[in-house]
Amino acid sequence: MHNKTVSELKKDLKNKKISSVELTNHFVDRIKSIDSQLNSFISLTEEYAIAQAKKIDLEISKGKIRPLAGIPLAQKDIFCTKGLRTTCGSKMLENFISPYDATVVEKLNDAGMVIIGKTNMDEFAMGSSNETSYFGDVKNPWNTEYVPGGSSGGSAASVAARLIPCSTGTDTGGSIRQPASLTGVCGIKPTYGRVSRYGMIAFASSLDQAGVFTRTAEDCAILLTHISGYDPKDSTSSRKNVPDYEKECKQKFTSMTIGIPVEFLEDLDDTVKEVFEENIKVLEKNGCKFKKISLKSSKLGVSAYQVVAPAECSSNLSRFDGVRFGHRANNAKNIDDLYKKSRSEGFGQEVKRRILIGTYALSAGYYDAYYLKAQKIRQVISNEFAAAFKEVDLILGPTAPDCAFKIGEKVNDPIAMYLSDVFTVSTNLAGLPAMSLPMGFKNSLPLGLQIIGNHFDEAKILSLAHHYQQITDWHTKKPKVSGD
Amino acid sequence: MWESVIGLEIHVQLNTKSKIFSPASTSFGAPQNTQACAIDLGMPGVLPVLNEEAVIMAVKFGIAVGSKILDNSIFARKNYFYPDLPKGYQISQYEIPIVSGGTMEIITNGKSKIINLTRAHLEEDAGKSIHDLYPNESAIDLNRAGTPLIEIVSEPEMENAEEAVQYLKNIHSLVRYLGISDGNMQEGSFRCDANISLKKKGSTKLGTRAEIKNINSFKYVESAINHEIERQAVILDRGDSVVQETRLYDPSKDETRSMRSKVEANDYRYFPDPDLLPVSISQDLIKDIKNNMPELPSAKKIRFISQYGLNEYDTVILVSDRELSEYFESTLKDSDLNPKMTANWIITEVLALAKKAYLSVKDYPVSSEDLTYLLLNVTNETISSKQAKDVFERMWDNKENPRDIIENEGMKQISDIGELNKIVDNIIKNNYKSVEEYQSGKDKLLGFFVGQVMKETQGQGNPKIINQLLKEKLKK
Repeated sequence: MHNKTVSELKKDLKNKKISSVELTNHFVDRIKSIDSQLNSFISLTEEYAIAQAKKIDLEISKGKIRPLAGIPLAQKDIFCTKGLRTTCGSKMLENFISPYDATVVEKLNDAGMVIIGKTNMDEFAMGSSNETSYFGDVKNPWNTEYVPGGSSGGSAASVAARLIPCSTGTDTGGSIRQPASLTGVCGIKPTYGRVSRYGMIAFASSLDQAGVFTRTAEDCAILLTHISGYDPKDSTSSRKNVPDYEKECKQKFTSMTIGIPVEFLEDLDDTVKEVFEENIKVLEKNGCKFKKISLKSSKLGVSAYQVVAPAECSSNLSRFDGVRFGHRANNAKNIDDLYKKSRSEGFGQEVKRRILIGTYALSAGYYDAYYLKAQKIRQVISNEFAAAFKEVDLILGPTAPDCAFKIGEKVNDPIAMYLSDVFTVSTNLAGLPAMSLPMGFKNSLPLGLQIIGNHFDEAKILSLAHHYQQITDWHTKKPKVSGD
Repeated sequence: MWESVIGLEIHVQLNTKSKIFSPASTSFGAPQNTQACAIDLGMPGVLPVLNEEAVIMAVKFGIAVGSKILDNSIFARKNYFYPDLPKGYQISQYEIPIVSGGTMEIITNGKSKIINLTRAHLEEDAGKSIHDLYPNESAIDLNRAGTPLIEIVSEPEMENAEEAVQYLKNIHSLVRYLGISDGNMQEGSFRCDANISLKKKGSTKLGTRAEIKNINSFKYVESAINHEIERQAVILDRGDSVVQETRLYDPSKDETRSMRSKVEANDYRYFPDPDLLPVSISQDLIKDIKNNMPELPSAKKIRFISQYGLNEYDTVILVSDRELSEYFESTLKDSDLNPKMTANWIITEVLALAKKAYLSVKDYPVSSEDLTYLLLNVTNETISSKQAKDVFERMWDNKENPRDIIENEGMKQISDIGELNKIVDNIIKNNYKSVEEYQSGKDKLLGFFVGQVMKETQGQGNPKIINQLLKEKLKK
């Protein structure tokens, strides 16, 4: 059952081959027996899930079938879920029960999905290895001595290990695509504004975007259709119509011109480069034309990102002050002491580092040199992408510079850690949609292929990804930990 | 030796139905924390959505003072920690405000002066910290958090407290005319910060300024400014220099004291709020607002003087309050009342009682229709003005109907000459001593005789006729 895709489960549920309660129990049992090795969940929401599944089964028996009726789902613990604990991977919110549902949660609930748990993540989504979580490291299902990537490490690992058919994630600089790459699953980050950010705990508001993890491009398309759309509660969400991505991606593949940024292949790890070029050959034989392009400024992406994201986070995280919700320190002498103690105790090291960097970057006298300059680089990167998309339909490259690294390997070297995002951050800076899908292995660890599209070209990305998965079988490989 | 330079920052709460970035209600006086939703509480994950009503109100203000309305103004975050500031930042406007420039005319001592506005921007109000509710703890009420404000910043162009107060009064009157704020200073809907500095007489170089925060009455603004000018003059006179700082006016001690100096000042780390788009304002919207502007105080003043022949003094009083000017016009409406007499009545009788009870026009117990009825009875001499004043007091105090009083109590003026002749003769006969004094040149005694006759007629005698009769008869 756990090897089936969302698309297959949809049919089985509709045809009453299985019930939602059966499915729910099956995945809950799997999580209980396997996740002790991976630590991909922070909370298991068994009771809530069974109640929801029963409701859905009743509806199905009465002939009312919601579009995603009864399909189990894991929510990244960054999405506020009404009545359920929402920790954002932090001690600060260890006991925070959200009073409301995020728009993404509301939409998937309305579509009939069953939330089985909340997945582990880097604290406040700050990290590329899932080692900054207050709730412990997540392990890579392909080798538990390795990281699954981050920040949506739990969402990626749980899908890879078949503990859940699909999960949600968020991507600020690569937090969906990089863990998807490192764990061998599909992960899509839509165009900025495609999916509402309401109820998604903010890290860097101008970069954050919600997306999903699945095992196939088709499943990504199914879920994306249901989370996308204008939300009056998010002023930055787009009013553009949402296509039926599932239908679009399954249409007959038509030839595309695809750009390969030369900068992405310079100094690239040999194996990663080999695997990537192998894949280009496969696609070349199957209707794709390739063209070398240049994205010169994309190399500045990480630096610009490391100013913009911390700047916004330093402001976004000010609300965690111990006054209204979240961790409050004991024995504070006065209000300043309460702030200092609550925040010192509640936040982990990486979060503190970014708050400090961001506060500095926004300070009087430094704002122009750092924040404004970073915004200018951002504009240059956007312009370069815009110019490239005049010549090509999509841009292709490796998602990450390498396969997964060992737990502990980069934890004391923030710069090395930040470079994990070198291929992913520039799309966030430009607000573009991008996806990662499995394209092979290095040392038995998965590698991801990144497809970048122009604004609101998710259908094109998914079309190429689906086409690729029709002619390759990397997405069907599974780690040993998942069993049969 | 010193000249004072004053600039004001006025915070005006806009009377929108809901908050500037959330759907919670803005009404005043609800139980604590009952008008604060997840957005006002700064819950994790929530996002602000701009209330268009607030934008329209800001544009209205801008148009009324002749400002430039900026398309694509930007909301920025002003970052600082304070317990009643839930998000740890206030959403305000910084580099690009919605309203830029503009002017306000003030008249003091009969002289007109134009005060230039720097800008006006939209922002959200904070909550309230309450320190006197529990012995060792502070309480926070977030009902006010997220209430829309416009902050109106003037150029430092006022020279004394009198000008500053007049400017403040004009802005206050204007926002009420525009219907964008109730202007209630006790409830904090209209507050003011004053920037004050002194410079050498004739010099163009401005001195170091002090900012006095959150003054919430015209009277306090006046005394706060005067005190601050005096304080700075003393410092400068002895050769010291003024420290740039934020000060607080304490009305109970009638003094200003230091809150924080420039060194302690916050670095607010302003940056554009990524959760909000630039505010786009179409030319159509501006046109639409222009076409639906109410008559503004300056235009109304000119009209009152020419249409009703009122003097400047009376006009300024009537026009300063939109509701009062409407009360005046509605009293006059479709009647043959003399505008001057009506204005006089309102300014002396009505305002006297209103001030005593601290009532604003909407709370007047006497409707303009009833006032019209009363004044018509004075005009056609059915009752005397003395009687009218008594009736009016009963209308005001007991909400009595003037028809009931005048008709049911048979209250009418005695204008019958025969009847009054008898009374006058009697009074003259019984006060021969006073008559002699009067005839020997003590003209003032006429009042005494009038009073005696009025007493005899229980206040119902027609004073005009009584005056005439007395003057004639006392001549002999």
